[in-house]
Amino acid sequence: MAERFLMKGNEALAEAAIQAGCRHFFGYPITPQTELAAYMSKKMPKIGGTYLQAESEIAAANMVLGASAAGVRAMTSSSSPGISLKTEAISYMAGSDVPALIINVQRGGPGLGGIQPSQADYWQATRALGHGDFHILVFAPATVQEMVNLVSTAFDLGDKYRMPAMILADGMLGQMMEPVELPEATETQAAPKTWAVDGHEFKRERNVVNSLYLTPNDLESRVKARFERYENIKQTEQRAEEYLTDDADIVVVAYGASARVAHSAVDLARAQGIKAGMVRPITLWPFPTNIVQKVAKTAKQFLCVEMSMGQMIDDVKLSINCSKPVNFYGRTGGIIPTPAEICEEIKILEGAK
Amino acid sequence: MINLQQFTIIYGHYGCGKTNFSINLALQAAKEHKQVILADLDIVNPYFRTHDYKEFLAKQGINVIAPRFAGTNLDVPSLPPEIVSVFSNRQNYVIIDVGGDDAGAKALSRFSEKINANPDVAVYYVINKYRNLTQTPQEASELLREIEAASRVRATAIVNNSHLQMYTNEETILQSLDFANETSKLLELPLIATTAPKKLQEQLSDKIKDLYPIDIFVKPPF
Repeated sequence: MAERFLMKGNEALAEAAIQAGCRHFFGYPITPQTELAAYMSKKMPKIGGTYLQAESEIAAANMVLGASAAGVRAMTSSSSPGISLKTEAISYMAGSDVPALIINVQRGGPGLGGIQPSQADYWQATRALGHGDFHILVFAPATVQEMVNLVSTAFDLGDKYRMPAMILADGMLGQMMEPVELPEATETQAAPKTWAVDGHEFKRERNVVNSLYLTPNDLESRVKARFERYENIKQTEQRAEEYLTDDADIVVVAYGASARVAHSAVDLARAQGIKAGMVRPITLWPFPTNIVQKVAKTAKQFLCVEMSMGQMIDDVKLSINCSKPVNFYGRTGGIIPTPAEICEEIKILEGAK
Repeated sequence: MINLQQFTIIYGHYGCGKTNFSINLALQAAKEHKQVILADLDIVNPYFRTHDYKEFLAKQGINVIAPRFAGTNLDVPSLPPEIVSVFSNRQNYVIIDVGGDDAGAKALSRFSEKINANPDVAVYYVINKYRNLTQTPQEASELLREIEAASRVRATAIVNNSHLQMYTNEETILQSLDFANETSKLLELPLIATTAPKKLQEQLSDKIKDLYPIDIFVKPPF
């Protein structure tokens, strides 16, 4: 068994990316994500990698586009306001069918917002990470260990489907420390990137990585082909964890740090004789509609818990076509709900049914 | 128990457990009927800091002084004016919880002349064998040199705060002793305490001579 030791979430994301073969990091500091960039700045020069603090978030994200187009594993990380600045380049990556890892350690918004934890970028991550018709893969870890595990998954699936992938964390997960085990460093066995612009040496046709298509018909067919890929991903890549859902009357749906709180709240409710359970989405795009639909067959109602005014709740309602009541409880502006608060909400709903 | 000096400074690696140890030390002092000031000097870390426990500590009669915007939405590391008087204070027991690494310890350097002129000062370097990047005596020793250079304040002793959060058991602590003793030898500093959660006190008290049983305060809200 690998040795267990303590890491902060932000450090774990950085080390996991290095273990997954990433040697190109482009970023710009922002609280509460800074430890990630700081870790990379210490480690990358020692292992022959590139750590570059760009002049802005926009520059950093475009450097990722360039490095990824050349076929290497590249990444950037930021927190909410910084991610907004990166969206232009993310749209270009999606339009150029280029993989990359983007990490968002969310803080309060809108605007400059605040430095405390938040989950108010769900809509942005799953709906609108830039202009145009596109999606990216979005993963939501809930422990520091899961942050480690999902980084390599995000790189692998990004490469497989030739699209950007995001780890949507939050300030609490980024800053908190937990015991982790790192996986054995493995040589990446990914398929060769035959599309990359890494020098044809007159041995093959030249590759072009570009998001500009000269005719509307050409652009439309590219976008349609991409959406066929998205349909395939929706069928095959959904991930979620269930907790005590088998006999649950009321099912909490929560991801990331909210799921940690909700887990304790479900335990509190169970201790008081309420049949509560939880679904914890691990992929936010594709949203785990299959598991939510399955649970909806037996659950009487849902309670979405988020550190926002209610964003993922839309996906829960869409998953089940509003066939069961979907309630909401959330805190925002940098406040994390307590297990007692959520348990109280569960009790109110249980009484009202 | 630790024999408290009038002035105690606590520094070390990010996330080694400085804040939790500082709170325990302040509570010990308060129990000994001392007037205690606990100063949060962390200018680098946004979350998990002494300031978070201000209300709780006030109820125990402990006065917490923290950066002006600690715990708010603002990322401005400005120290409050009271901090200057803390370093001249000779009446109260003062405990200073410093920010992590050399980056955090830099805030101390401004007060280094006053600290170094005070004969009644203890400077504890907190180590944790299970904390990433300081897991060997060599790494732990190198980091202290960086912290000392940044803060211009030399450590006087080492506190072994090795733990693995919820996985901490008797073995976890016992296996950290070689690391702590070796670090102590390398740095030529006394190891004055090894901490352990209070639930392990009974098992460990006859195996570790300077055992310092602690309560766990610093943890996520779930």
